Amino acid sequence: MGATITEKILAAHAGTEEVDAGDLINAKIDIVMGHDLSIPLAIDELERIGADRVFDRERIVLVPDHFTPNKDITSAENCKQMKEFAKRHRISHYYEVGEMGIAHALLPEKGIVLPGDVVVGGDSHTCTYGGLGAFATGVGSSDLAAAILTGELWFKVPESMKFVYHGNLPKWVDGKDLILYTIGDIGVDGALYRAMEFTGEVIEQLPMSGRLTMANMAVEAGAKNGIFQPDRVTEEYLRGRTRRPYRIFQSDRDAVYADVREYDVSQIEPQVAFPYLPSNVKPISQVGNIPIDQVVIGSCTNGRIEDLRVAAQILRGNKVAPYVRLIIIPATQGVYRQAMREGFFEIFLDANAVISTPTCGPCVGGHMGVLAKGERAISTTNRNFIGRMGHPQSEVYLSNPAVAAASAVKGRITNPEEVVKN
Amino acid sequence: MIFRGRVWKFGNDVDTDVIIPVRYCQTTDPQEFGKHCMEGIDPDFHNKVKPGDIIVAKKNFGCGSSREPAPIAIKAIGISCIIAKTFARIFYRNAFNVGLPLLECKDAPDHIDEGHEIEVNLDTGEIRDFSLKQSFQAKPIPLFMQDLLRDGGLMNHLAKKLTK
Repeated sequence: MGATITEKILAAHAGTEEVDAGDLINAKIDIVMGHDLSIPLAIDELERIGADRVFDRERIVLVPDHFTPNKDITSAENCKQMKEFAKRHRISHYYEVGEMGIAHALLPEKGIVLPGDVVVGGDSHTCTYGGLGAFATGVGSSDLAAAILTGELWFKVPESMKFVYHGNLPKWVDGKDLILYTIGDIGVDGALYRAMEFTGEVIEQLPMSGRLTMANMAVEAGAKNGIFQPDRVTEEYLRGRTRRPYRIFQSDRDAVYADVREYDVSQIEPQVAFPYLPSNVKPISQVGNIPIDQVVIGSCTNGRIEDLRVAAQILRGNKVAPYVRLIIIPATQGVYRQAMREGFFEIFLDANAVISTPTCGPCVGGHMGVLAKGERAISTTNRNFIGRMGHPQSEVYLSNPAVAAASAVKGRITNPEEVVKN
Repeated sequence: MIFRGRVWKFGNDVDTDVIIPVRYCQTTDPQEFGKHCMEGIDPDFHNKVKPGDIIVAKKNFGCGSSREPAPIAIKAIGISCIIAKTFARIFYRNAFNVGLPLLECKDAPDHIDEGHEIEVNLDTGEIRDFSLKQSFQAKPIPLFMQDLLRDGGLMNHLAKKLTK
């Protein structure tokens, strides 16, 4: 009987020949990530039990990305606690504010997470790294502390679900639309406890940015991880980013799946997720008239250079609608510099957008774009739960960067076709 | 381990942003987390709950973020355990890791209503509803997981191991 890529990675890290779905295993961890919201609880716990040490200072990554640059005294204290921990243990991968990025964009960009790795992070969107063919999953602060201390965690081997995408992607449809469409199909618990494996000819053509976007939102379907088989696109992406050796795993032809879903994507339109669940999706043609107050383009889901390129294409020569705020957040300092080099800042500023330093800020209702009571935003982020971006009576709609940028121009949720005439 | 208490009822997909919005997650004080518990659904929830009360919810309870303050907040206001049809996986791990027991049961959430008096036995998985005079069967919690709960969560459990 064959094995899936997820099973093979977990078996290799548990030191056994093979594992089956449902097995409880103890796995070695390659990379552990913590950020300014998840790490303080973990550090407190380590100190409390008298175990202020780390299993391997080169395999721990600490990124101040949520409430940074420090939005208030409490966030400053949290970041200070993380910085002091990093100094005390000489953590190799600590990224101060001028080198940082949103962790899930930063770690792939820096070549820190690699195919075949087992990665855990104190953040639910840690599943993003599955875009590179790693097994990556989010954990809470206690598991984070245990992983920092021991370099191991127990896991239940998840069943895998296979998603096969056929056809050709229509214009203005990208990885974000594929994953929203998929979550719309299976629901926010459609892959509960499972691995989502993304395959098919559309996926083979999908650039790394789109793969990272899709893997990022696997957790929004309840999945433990999302994963892509490493291929030519992966190898090209990794070139020049790392010297650490890595292993390529592939699913066997006779691997066992709990479910297989096949989609023909040729007729798919850009998707919009309505409040208050990421599964509440409609194609752009059925959205109707929805005026907006704010647009956010950024986040671990859609803050990479490819996303900003699409936004620039739409915004070039256009202005943001009156009374609408457009907040553009390059996900890393690297993306920021690249966007500047490609001349996007000129386009964004001409359009009356603001450009923020990298931060998770508005996505979690933290800072840099919080919503008032009754306000409505369209955002390229990943969650639209009640109160996610601010007041419990505000609303968040989720979309790809093209729809978000076009909506900023029109002041209501808009098909990019309306703004960019061929 | 056995718990007895009054039921608070919730529906499907109760997410971590309604359990506790991220803007209140900047502290490490459980009582502070507790003050905002379920704020997205009922801002006064923490004042209504009595120690020992039990949450009964439908599917996918705790979906969303990996924030550990979510189960910590629920535990801090005195909830003794949560019964749901299914739980989101990170929330499931986090709850046991902070010493908050969860029971998965397919049928009980369809019958047990708010205000009912119920008893939950983790050893046997039996849920008794005194208001309905009816019992339901959930999967029991293995003894090693109950040890984790008794120690008050993963870190206390590890601490105990380290000192042995």
